[in-house]
Amino acid sequence: MLTILGYAFIQNAFLAGSIVAVAAAILGYFLVVRGLTFASHALSSIGFAGAAGAVLLGVPPVYGLLAFTVAASLAISALGREIREQDIAIGVIMTFALGLGLLFLSLYPGYAEQAYSILFGSIVGISRRDVLVSACLCLGILAALAALGRPLFFSSFDPELAEARGVPVRLLAAVFLVIVAVTVSIAIQIVGILLVFALLVGPAATAVRLVRSPGRAIALAALLGLIYTWLGILLASLTPWPVSFFIASLSYGVYLPVRLIARPVGPRRARPANTASSLRLPPDELSHA
Amino acid sequence: MLNLLGHGFVQNAFLAGTLVAILSALVGYFVVLRAQSFAGEALSHIGFTGAMGSALVGASSLLGMLLFTLLAAVGMGALGKRLRGRDVEVGMLLAFVLGLGVLFLSLYTGSATAAVGVLFGSILSVTTSDVIVTLGCSLATITMLGFLFRPLLFASVDPEVAEARGVPVQRISILFLVVLAVSASEAIQVVGVLLAFALLVVPSASAGNLTHRPGLAVSLGVMISLASTWGGLILAFVGHWPVSFYIVSLTSMFYFGSLGLRALRFPRRYLEPQHPSREILPPAR
Repeated sequence: MLTILGYAFIQNAFLAGSIVAVAAAILGYFLVVRGLTFASHALSSIGFAGAAGAVLLGVPPVYGLLAFTVAASLAISALGREIREQDIAIGVIMTFALGLGLLFLSLYPGYAEQAYSILFGSIVGISRRDVLVSACLCLGILAALAALGRPLFFSSFDPELAEARGVPVRLLAAVFLVIVAVTVSIAIQIVGILLVFALLVGPAATAVRLVRSPGRAIALAALLGLIYTWLGILLASLTPWPVSFFIASLSYGVYLPVRLIARPVGPRRARPANTASSLRLPPDELSHA
Repeated sequence: MLNLLGHGFVQNAFLAGTLVAILSALVGYFVVLRAQSFAGEALSHIGFTGAMGSALVGASSLLGMLLFTLLAAVGMGALGKRLRGRDVEVGMLLAFVLGLGVLFLSLYTGSATAAVGVLFGSILSVTTSDVIVTLGCSLATITMLGFLFRPLLFASVDPEVAEARGVPVQRISILFLVVLAVSASEAIQVVGVLLAFALLVVPSASAGNLTHRPGLAVSLGVMISLASTWGGLILAFVGHWPVSFYIVSLTSMFYFGSLGLRALRFPRRYLEPQHPSREILPPAR
């Protein structure tokens, strides 16, 4: 049991996995609160085209991932406000990017194996250098989140009020999506495109239903993310089954009972705050009328 | 070009493509109306696990996809009729089932090549028996949609009023997810798991940008979907690139073209209602 920790590749997997799990869980809290779960799924799928393009050009996939996801996050923020069809516009960009990825891979000989490792990740193939790169990028992400701090909280919970108070809501949203893009690009290398969601949204979706204050929810999400990743890597090194399967199952195995038993708890506040959203009309439309 | 049509696999590809294009555009109209595009995306991804599971036990992949997507659809529908906050639940289920798919794939020795066929579609290898199953499923779902059409439209546009009028909103919601699951499984045959969104949502979304009248939107959606599928197949026979890539590019072109036309018709200040599936927590104080 302890002997497996002696292998360098298991150590690297634990290090990189822990770093990514913490960054992804903290970011995931904001994704859940801002209702951007589909956008995060789409950004990771868009990464596929980038990784495939990089494979075709013969450069490390991470550059392609970063280029495509950051460009897509800027395009999504340029699409504008939170309108009903934004999901669909994001989805169209996503499918088109996946189609491009398919084209890139079909031009590259022996493409099936490449596609497989991009889509499902390969945590055991991580080098010390990859660990260092992800550590630096994750520190950058956490620093950026800390710097955005209060305005980001404010605009996540009450965008209208934040805008009225002079917070640059749209700029914040764009910067936030770029941060998501960078995080997704790092996480993809470990869990793969299709399961980034389990690390990003899983811990936060559970934490939001268990504790009330944002600080505690973020801390709990980070803790859950770490536990899922450690247990996942441990189980995968003891059995022949893949890491991403264990991480996704643990994440859902904790989420489902919590979802069925606990009600979502947000920070305490009087009821009337929700009426604007339950009217199904954004207040801006009322003011235009 | 025309003598290609004499080959059995080309005929099967066109037949299956046509059936899938029509069914997915019909279902897609309601997917867009109900803002359930993420559910459509998730159900098609869940088909991957079904296909891998049936490869593992040696069954037909269409049957495996149908089984898994139907189970997932009932599970999603049973969680309640409320749309808000759905994205997180759908996404969590999606991640879990995909994890299972990865497990099946790692247990299956034929591995990567079979998986890529499921992920990106393999319309050119559709067999005659697949076409027959597709035909049967399409007829059954289209008939069901025909019976559901009016109450479904009512429940989609205004669930509260529909419920007050005695429309069984929750049951209709589950039935619709079942219809969506069947059409997702069929769309996977043509464009694959990752690109099913291109047939399930994009043609209807493009049509929805051009008109708000239900009948017209449905028929425009069917036309766009058919044009993209046929165009994609023909381009793939002429060119060298994969069919799915051509189909996805064509539907995307239709979508962005329709966005341009829509921008001409509606003033910039017009705002659509907020997405109903967004989870909103009470603000911090």
